[in-house]
Amino acid sequence: MSVLSVGDLHVTYRTKGGDVPAVRGVSFDIDKGHVLGLAGESGCGKSTIAGAILRLHSPKTKIEGNVIIDGQDVLSLKPGRLRAVRWTGASIIFQGALHALNPVRRVGDQIVEAITVHKLAGEREARVRTAELLEEVGLPARRIDDYPHELSGGQKQRVMIAMALACNPSLVIADEPTTALDVMVQAQVLQLLKSLQRELGLAMLFITHDLSVLVEVADRIAIMYAGQIIEEGPAEHVFHDPAHPYTKALAGAFPAIGDARFRGKPAGLGGDPPDPQHVPSGCPFHPRCPEAIAVCPTLDVELWTAGEDRRAACVHVSGAPVLSESRE
Amino acid sequence: MSDTTQERAGPVVGDPVIEVRDLEVSFSGRTSLLGGLMKKKAAVATAVDGVDLTLHEGEVLALAGESGCGKTTTARAIMGLIRPNGGQISFRGKPLGRKLQSYRRVVQMVFQDPTASLNPRQTIYESVAEGLRIHKIHEGPNGEGEEELVARALSRAGLRPPERFYLLYPHELSGGQRQRVVIAGALVLDPRVIVADEPVSNLDASVRGEILQLLLGLRDSLQLSILIVTHDLGLAWTVADRVAVMYLGRIVEIGPAEEVLLRPRHPYTKALLDVVPEAGGIDRPILQGEPPDPTRVPRGCRFHPRCPVVASGEAATLGIDGKCRGEDLGLEELSPGHLAACYEASLRRGPVTPLLPEPSASETPRQVDP
Repeated sequence: MSVLSVGDLHVTYRTKGGDVPAVRGVSFDIDKGHVLGLAGESGCGKSTIAGAILRLHSPKTKIEGNVIIDGQDVLSLKPGRLRAVRWTGASIIFQGALHALNPVRRVGDQIVEAITVHKLAGEREARVRTAELLEEVGLPARRIDDYPHELSGGQKQRVMIAMALACNPSLVIADEPTTALDVMVQAQVLQLLKSLQRELGLAMLFITHDLSVLVEVADRIAIMYAGQIIEEGPAEHVFHDPAHPYTKALAGAFPAIGDARFRGKPAGLGGDPPDPQHVPSGCPFHPRCPEAIAVCPTLDVELWTAGEDRRAACVHVSGAPVLSESRE
Repeated sequence: MSDTTQERAGPVVGDPVIEVRDLEVSFSGRTSLLGGLMKKKAAVATAVDGVDLTLHEGEVLALAGESGCGKTTTARAIMGLIRPNGGQISFRGKPLGRKLQSYRRVVQMVFQDPTASLNPRQTIYESVAEGLRIHKIHEGPNGEGEEELVARALSRAGLRPPERFYLLYPHELSGGQRQRVVIAGALVLDPRVIVADEPVSNLDASVRGEILQLLLGLRDSLQLSILIVTHDLGLAWTVADRVAVMYLGRIVEIGPAEEVLLRPRHPYTKALLDVVPEAGGIDRPILQGEPPDPTRVPRGCRFHPRCPVVASGEAATLGIDGKCRGEDLGLEELSPGHLAACYEASLRRGPVTPLLPEPSASETPRQVDP
């Protein structure tokens, strides 16, 4: 059974300027011990999904569909049960460790609190567990009494990881966990996350704009555009042999050093990501697509088979319905 | 230390435009009130310490390294935004004096965040024309008026037709378009050099390529020289003719991009290349530790406390361990145009095969001069 199952998820923000459909029908599953990477540009809806899974959005935000964590339907849970699922069933690591930690409390106390609030242990036991957690994430246990400002960016992110693991969740959502960090520290934190994920058999949803990071940590990658998943498949194949033209452009932004195709030739796409309130008709990518054909502005695309174990929402993939008028 | 003739070998053909010699910049830290009363001295951070760099006409040079390595400080000193504590910067052979106004016209800067670079209350036209007004330029070299100059800069930056953008405000544009406006603001002054500090790292991945294409196109059409400050070696691979890698205020390796990125000589450059993500790479050994503290520069080679060659005992086997820990060193040319500051690399001067995993038997290590 999957640890996380998301089915036909729609998230709509209600703003003064009207409804903003940020996520428009997204489905995926993550099994125990597996990592799904969710990639896309700003505004594509990837972080909105993270918020919807743990119901972190304001009550005004409209959420439809199914989110099942360990067999429990998160979207219909009562507040008390929801609180229990948060942190014990699923935890989240945010991008800005700087802002996620309380600056006037010792980092150890913040982790202890997470454990005691969920009544998993008493105060003393929780402290012992916290010290263990800090060592697990590569920090000396004496750091338990440090304030956040005494730690570097990388160390703070390690504290966030320790906190996310404090209540033994089965699912960890990592939302751009290494984006604000320096390259070398980023690699260290990624390595730590991946080794903990393997060791503890965690299911993980790894959200990032940096496709190249996913090829290292994720088993599968899903690419989002305009609130929908437009390509999905095994990580290496999606990155090195993208099926969707958008994925090709995204992968081109992270060239392999030594690849002569990119030397002196930066790959780019014209245009800009669409405004979620004015998503283009048909395939939402068609105005920017270098491979668009006559039918694209009117064709309702869905994830069609695109080779073994892969799917993509593009008229050019093998599993797309044959459209006589399009094959001119 | 390197000299110009050494640096100029390689793919670069143009004359030097900007020459930086022995640049030094340091910042004094703050003391606490109590520390001040107790006459404690504030720690001095050495941001840049003895940097030599030459930017040639029509060249794209990437300056890479971790945050705090001094790459942005070097760029800002070149721009004249920071007064160096020592060293010299020359433009076309002439050392910069106190008056920088004409220099500031020909050397233009593009910053990381286009939203922060533009005044939100100014129209695009005003933003682009501002440079002309500051420099009191009323007409172009061929008698063009202000509007003509602004229109040309906007369309060179890819904002066409330019009139459509005149009356828009920055918030009405996308991130990529805003960065084009910033670039137009630089181009309107007809510069010879553009210093771009992380010009695409705030932009969406799919838009980055277009901005880089624009910069490369300007280099080709206007023979501009471009200094790109970046932490991203993949970007350096895509656009740069030469790459310089900085560590703790010094350039530790510099040379043609193919040389530095495919045949790195300095252990730090190798470590930076090791952390570029790749499939199956998650289990590779990576350099541990945090970026170093510029208020406490280690003796000897600055990289030695983190250097895998020293830590593994290889340096001791080679008999250079003592020098690594105790003797400061400068750049040395290892193959034409390719310089590195590393005792171990100096032992292996001469051509090497790409990303050599271990020294091959055919190479005879040479003794370095004492």
